[in-house]
Parts: sequence; structure tokens; C-alpha cells
Amino acid sequence: MTAGHLVLPGTRGRRLVDAIARHRVAAAVAGLLVLPWVMPYQALAVNVLVYGLYAVGFNLLYGYTGLLSFGHAAFFGAGAYGCGIAISRFGVPWPPALIIGTAFAGALGAVIGGLAIRTRGIYFAMVTLALAQCVYAIFYQWVSLTGGENGLRGVNAGRLLLFGWQLDLIDPTTKYYVVLVFVALALWLVSRVLDSPFGAVLEAVRENETRARACGYDVRATKFLSFVLSALVCGLAGSLMAIHLSVVPIDTLNYTTSGLVVMMTLLGGMGTFFGPFIGAGFFVVVEDVTTLYTDHWQLVVGTIFMVFVLFFPRGIWGVILQWLRP
Amino acid sequence: MTGEVILAAEHVGKRFGRFVALNDVSIGFRRGRLTSVIGPNGAGKTTFFNIVSGALAPSEGRIRFDGNDITGLAQHHFARLGIAKSFQITNVFPWLTVLENVRVAVQALHARFDIWRPRARHRDLTERAAHLLDLVGLHGQRERQAANLAHGEQRSLEIAMALACEPKLLLLDEPTAGMSPEETKSMVALILRLAAKRTVVLVEHKMKLVMGISDHIVVLHHGELLAQGSPDEIRANPEVRLVYLGQAAA
Repeated sequence: MTAGHLVLPGTRGRRLVDAIARHRVAAAVAGLLVLPWVMPYQALAVNVLVYGLYAVGFNLLYGYTGLLSFGHAAFFGAGAYGCGIAISRFGVPWPPALIIGTAFAGALGAVIGGLAIRTRGIYFAMVTLALAQCVYAIFYQWVSLTGGENGLRGVNAGRLLLFGWQLDLIDPTTKYYVVLVFVALALWLVSRVLDSPFGAVLEAVRENETRARACGYDVRATKFLSFVLSALVCGLAGSLMAIHLSVVPIDTLNYTTSGLVVMMTLLGGMGTFFGPFIGAGFFVVVEDVTTLYTDHWQLVVGTIFMVFVLFFPRGIWGVILQWLRP
Repeated sequence: MTGEVILAAEHVGKRFGRFVALNDVSIGFRRGRLTSVIGPNGAGKTTFFNIVSGALAPSEGRIRFDGNDITGLAQHHFARLGIAKSFQITNVFPWLTVLENVRVAVQALHARFDIWRPRARHRDLTERAAHLLDLVGLHGQRERQAANLAHGEQRSLEIAMALACEPKLLLLDEPTAGMSPEETKSMVALILRLAAKRTVVLVEHKMKLVMGISDHIVVLHHGELLAQGSPDEIRANPEVRLVYLGQAAA
């Protein structure tokens, strides 16, 4: 930014930001380790983890590759249902069920992504929205497998004996830290990908497709890979959600869930590593606090969202970065 | 080998609906030379440029590069074969740094699908990118955002990006468009430096500029090949004088 209307914090702030950027996964995990102790209650902290990871997956596609999907509920929901059905209908223990849910979302991402990347801009958004609604309709109608309108019940993760150590997911603290292990792992993987040469190609495609193609990059293959990676991360988030809630509500697949992740990412700061998590945390907390006072919490969240879009389009983390590193 | 044909357009035609942009154009570009394609507005220069750079497939005819038929090949393969281009309208990655712009371009040749090792560990790519920036005179601008460069600097950046794929053939579409006289001067010097070691094809609107630096000139008019030859031959050609120079004088 050339305007320079925000003077100082100067070198110290810059050094701090650089240090955080260098160890971004460690910094994120450190922040998340203490999160349950600053939250009003622990189930809310798990919500932040799950929605944060969901937003991280979405941000991979939107913030880094420049593709705005309005259908990411399909992958969040596919992960949740894939994992939930494996546990409740087939009695699969939760760790392999997580893998099943994630893989299912990835496969769905390959199908939807394969179709959607043939279009661009608003058409891309509409195609993802339409295909996600198809997924919603299928899960809604297939009552015998999914529970239909009532949602999928009986996703009981229960206990797991791990190297002689009893893991009881009913205990909220244990559950939080088990979920955190998977979130941390996913964050590390995403960070590696973003740091790699392939991460540079994603940004190149976001910046200028024509130029990327002229440089010798297969733009379609890049978009496809980015889409599938994004679906996998969102699928893991959905799988964790199923274990967290012990049920999968049909709303998980609703288009409002797709809209939610767009809002969280924009609120936190798209195209940044920490933004999605900060956005998700902010959103979850504001929703929780305002519902104490009014049923119309969307009114409050919506107003905050509009203020950010109009006056702080870089989001919360983007504004902090701009302030620390002018 | 100098002199043999590196890129050949054979009976190339291009139609957009019923509009004929190019009709039966056959041109051979020789290795090691600086060939310019000129013509008045609407002559089909840019269409021709887009066809030989892979952005458009011809409606008729074939394109051969180094003896291989490359007609209709997907565009991203062109850079890998060694055909690089700069665009008529400035075309960079605006929010990346100058160095990262070139680094990404260099990477396309070497580490396209490395999804795991950190970029910083590919030190050779960064060094090569820095070297290319030195070559085009952007050494001091490495850490700036490309969007904040002056127009002329952005054009130079584009050329550095085009050079990143170690091209055997460098295609430049009006590289001096919109430049100030000083910027034009340094761009011409850069083009001459590049042409000393490479095959360059220049699509240009400015007749004077082309006459001074080209080894060979091709004139297009209404989508057809009007004439080709050395700058002196072109200058003496009465048909060219009529359609091109005459128009410029008017």
C-alpha cells in the first residue's frame, strides 16, 4: 500500500509478522491449543476448529486459485455423511471413518470440479451451486441411508484404545484436542502445498490465467487439482463435524452452509493463511453471543459482514497485516 | 544452424464466422534472424501472432516448428516447446512481486508439479529469475509489486517472463505500444540485444522502428501476404508504399 495513512509500528511489528509467517503452522496450532480456555464453553471451541478448517479448504480454492464456489457445502456435507454413515450404519471405528468421509468428499470434488472448471466467473459459481443442490436433493431423498429430513443420527464415536491409552470422545476436552490433532495435520499439509512451486502456480492462475497458460502451465489441470484438494480439506472438516455433533443435520448440505464459508473467509481475510480461521472464530463467537440476546442474530452478523466488505475488504487478518507491515 | 526455417506457416487461414481475418498465408521464419511482421490496422497481424503462438488454432493450413507439425496443439505446450511470447496488452501477474513473476515463469519449465518441496529450496529457479531481471534491466525492482511498475518496466518484465522458458523462438507483439520515446529507445536496444542470440519475430505497427532493426520484413494487408524481403526491398516495393507508407503519409 502506498497511501501510508497508518504510520508505525515499524520494524518490530514487521519482524513479528515475518516470524509468524515463517512458522505459520506452529503459530496457528499454538493459538488453537489455548483456544478452549478463552472460549465460553468447549463445544464452541470445537466449532471454531471445524469451521476454521472448512474455511481453510475453501480459501485454497477461492483465496489462492481465484475460483469462487457457491457449492462447498457439498464437500463439507459429503465428509460429514460419509464419515457418519460409515460409523452409524456400518459400525466402522471413527479413525478409518474419517478417512472414508474425506475420500468421499475428494471423489465428489473430482466429479463436481471436473464439470465446473469448464466454466468461469459467475457461471462457475452457478454450476457449483447447482451441482451442490443436486447432492442435497439426493441425500434428502435417500431416507433409508441418510435419515432424510431428520438428519443422520447415531454417529457415536465413543471410545478408542490407542496404544493402551483410552481416548474418550465424549469428554469435551479430549474431543477438542483429538480434533485439533487432525486440524493441525491438515494445516501443515495445506501450508506445504501453498509453499511449494505448485502453490505458486495456483497464485499465478488467480492473477492471470492467460499469462499462466503462456508460461506453459496447464490451467485446467491446475484448477482441477486445486478443486480436489479443497474438497478433501473441506471433507475432513465435515467428517470431524459428524464426530463432534454425533448427528449430521441435513442443513450441513444446504446452500446456506456454502454461503457461510464464503462469509467466514471474507470476514477473516481471503488469500491469507490465518484469515479463514480468524473469520470462522469471529463468526462462531458473534453468533453464539448474539443469540443470547436476540433470535435475529443474522441481522447482527450480516451488518458486521457488510461493514467489512464495504470498508475492510481485506478482512480482519488483512487489516492487521496492513497495519503491522505497511 | 542459422538460416534454416525454424517456424513455418503453410497456407494458414483464419475465419471468424464469415469474416476472413487471414487467407492463405505462407511464411517461413529463419533461425537467428529478426523478422518483423508489419501491416496497417486490420491487416491480420495480431491474428497471425495468436496463431503462431498457439492462442488460436488456424481454420486452414499447418504450423510447423523445427520440422514438427504443431497445428492445434494446446497453448501451454508451446512454451514447453520453446516458443515464448509477450502480449500486446501488458500481461503480468499484478499482485506478485517482480521476482516472483519471473520465478513462476522459470518454474514452468522445471518444477511444474512439485507439490511438496518448499519454493525457497528451489534456489536455482530464483537465481535464474534474478539473472533474467538483470538482463532486462529490472535488477533494482525485484521486490516491488508488478502492478506498481511503470508501463515500460512492465513491458520489460514481460520479456523477462517470456525468456524464462529458454525460448528458441521469441514472439513479441507490439512491444513498444504506448511507450514514451525514451522507453521505446531502451526497448529497441533490449530487442537488439536479445536478437543477437535468438530468433525473434516482431509484430509491429511502427514502420520506422521496424526498418532500422529487422533482418527480414513480412507485410500483411487485408489478411493476405503482400510482400516480404529485406528492409530495403520493402522500402522500394511500390505496392507496400501504396497501402502502407502512402497511408502513413496521408
